[in-house]
Amino acid sequence: MSKIIAFFKKPFFRRYLNYLVIVCVILIFAVASLSGVKGLAKASTLSLLERIGIAMVLALSLSMVVGFLGELSLGHAGFMCAGAYVGGKIASALTTSMQVGESNLAVLLIALLAGGVVAAVFGFIIGLPALRLRGDYLAIVTLAFGEIVRTIVMNLPSKWFGGTLGMETPRFNRNYLFIIIFVMVLACLAVTQNLMRSKHGRAIVAIKDNEIAARAMGVDITKYKLFVFVISSFFAGVAGVLYSYSNYTVQSANFDYNYSIEILVMVVLGGMGSINGSMIAAALITFLNVKLQTTLTGDMAVMKDLIYALILILIVIYKNAPGLKNFREKYNMNTLAAWVKRRFGKKAAPVAAEQGVTGDEQ
Amino acid sequence: MNFIVAIVNGLSLGGTYAMIAIGYTMVYGIAKMLNFAHGDVIMVGGYAMYITLLLMDLPIVAILFAVLFCMILGICIERFAYRPLRGASPLAVLITAIGVSYLLQSLSQIIFGSAPKMLMKLQISGFVAMGELRIAYSTILTLALTVVVMVALTLFVKYSRTGRAMIAVSEDRDAARLMGVNTNAIIAVTFAIGSALAAVAGYCMLMKSPSLANTLGAMPGIKAFTAAVIGGIGSIPGAMLGGILLGIIESVSLGIPAIAPFTDAIEFSILIVILLVKPAGLLGKARREKV
Repeated sequence: MSKIIAFFKKPFFRRYLNYLVIVCVILIFAVASLSGVKGLAKASTLSLLERIGIAMVLALSLSMVVGFLGELSLGHAGFMCAGAYVGGKIASALTTSMQVGESNLAVLLIALLAGGVVAAVFGFIIGLPALRLRGDYLAIVTLAFGEIVRTIVMNLPSKWFGGTLGMETPRFNRNYLFIIIFVMVLACLAVTQNLMRSKHGRAIVAIKDNEIAARAMGVDITKYKLFVFVISSFFAGVAGVLYSYSNYTVQSANFDYNYSIEILVMVVLGGMGSINGSMIAAALITFLNVKLQTTLTGDMAVMKDLIYALILILIVIYKNAPGLKNFREKYNMNTLAAWVKRRFGKKAAPVAAEQGVTGDEQ
Repeated sequence: MNFIVAIVNGLSLGGTYAMIAIGYTMVYGIAKMLNFAHGDVIMVGGYAMYITLLLMDLPIVAILFAVLFCMILGICIERFAYRPLRGASPLAVLITAIGVSYLLQSLSQIIFGSAPKMLMKLQISGFVAMGELRIAYSTILTLALTVVVMVALTLFVKYSRTGRAMIAVSEDRDAARLMGVNTNAIIAVTFAIGSALAAVAGYCMLMKSPSLANTLGAMPGIKAFTAAVIGGIGSIPGAMLGGILLGIIESVSLGIPAIAPFTDAIEFSILIVILLVKPAGLLGKARREKV
């Protein structure tokens, strides 16, 4: 038993634990879905998984900008929107012109790439002026960008992007789609995690901690900021294409300011600068959204937003307020773990042993 | 002829934007933060008018109550959400501000429902006709209110003790404190003034179209914010100029059928272009950050 615990505490294992968890979950559902076990792979479960995967890609990509770079982007839904429309359009065009089935994997991959690249190009155009300025400006410009994309797409002639009614996209086979989505989650995770552990990642974190000091150490601030922002936009675009595939239609009205905020809530709730935290929060919030959709109806549906707003405010104040430093030192995850250990004694010993592990995860 | 009407309407719309933009710009200048919740204070002011009008039939009392309520709200937001974060990273403050905005919107929807309320008692219809030129009373009243507010504010900031303390705090908060300025009080006053102007701007919007929903302040808030940045955030004359400019652009653009649907996109694109060529805004001063 102690050998097993020792194995799980190896640094190598700890580093790749998050991949392993995702792969295991997906394997279980993939086997269930492909072998036709309907109990585990109901249509509703699969669609929930798809949404969770998309939210994870979004949260990971935004956490690069907000958590690691320390800049605020309020137009993540705008990049997603650009990716969704371009990817969706290319996918439908290719499907009809090449006369392939709607579940064609090559078409999906081309659409993913195209959507990501277009979003990345927009990220470059937007980031170039905004990132040279003080932090607040990126928030303004991305906010404006999100609105620009939405308004333009909505008002273009309907034969291009379907106008306000939205645009139809290929109907990919539901049994496989979630696997592809989670492969993209893994790709995004690999990029984020490896980038942050590289030399470049250190430079990025240095920029967040102190821009002037980082510049004095020879870090090219604008280059790195732009680099992170473009990668983040790329994955937002990819998530947009996945979204268009998952929904069968794209409607620009869905990619509004509130959607950008929802992604931000995931990142903040997960703990800014925590990769696994963002993913867990994305899964949790998406799950709650879907579950609460049916229970909270009418005006009470806003209760959810109210709670998100409160979470956002309280977490940020708790984490950042200079006046709460003593409070933070007295009440945090470590003291909570110690309290659990004292309170429940031997029974919780394995849990307490794990607590030493969780603290140093990125 | 149409063009003149568009310009006059633009001036009045721009006045409304300018009043909101001043709130953004003053708070930015003095507390060095973007108050994302400012637009939603307009909406809360609208609901304050709604409640007063349910109790009595006096629009003027409703407006005064809304102004007072918004001032208190502004001070409370500052006290409980922003003051604990003074000295924290700008990102943290920004996210909290977004949280407050979200909170106000969802809270008012829970209390008042999502169906728009019609505040017909605030509506001012009718127009002055000069030949073919037709200008609505509400437009004229908005313009008049804007001028009064601007003049009063300029005089207040230039000549009163509090106003000069505000300038001092915006230039150097620590030095101002050493000179005996109560910086916390000054910041609270700034929020109060900004919120009061938001309430007045809310009235200007409601007297044109009396439909009140919890999203009333969202779009005008973002637009006014754009105006503040175009004019140079932190500068009060800049906010006035940016607001008026944006109002005229919007009004003219809405008058041309071919580009009318893209009005919002045009306005925001102007913002991006201005930031590209003149990052500090039209009247803003570029500041070097010192180590």
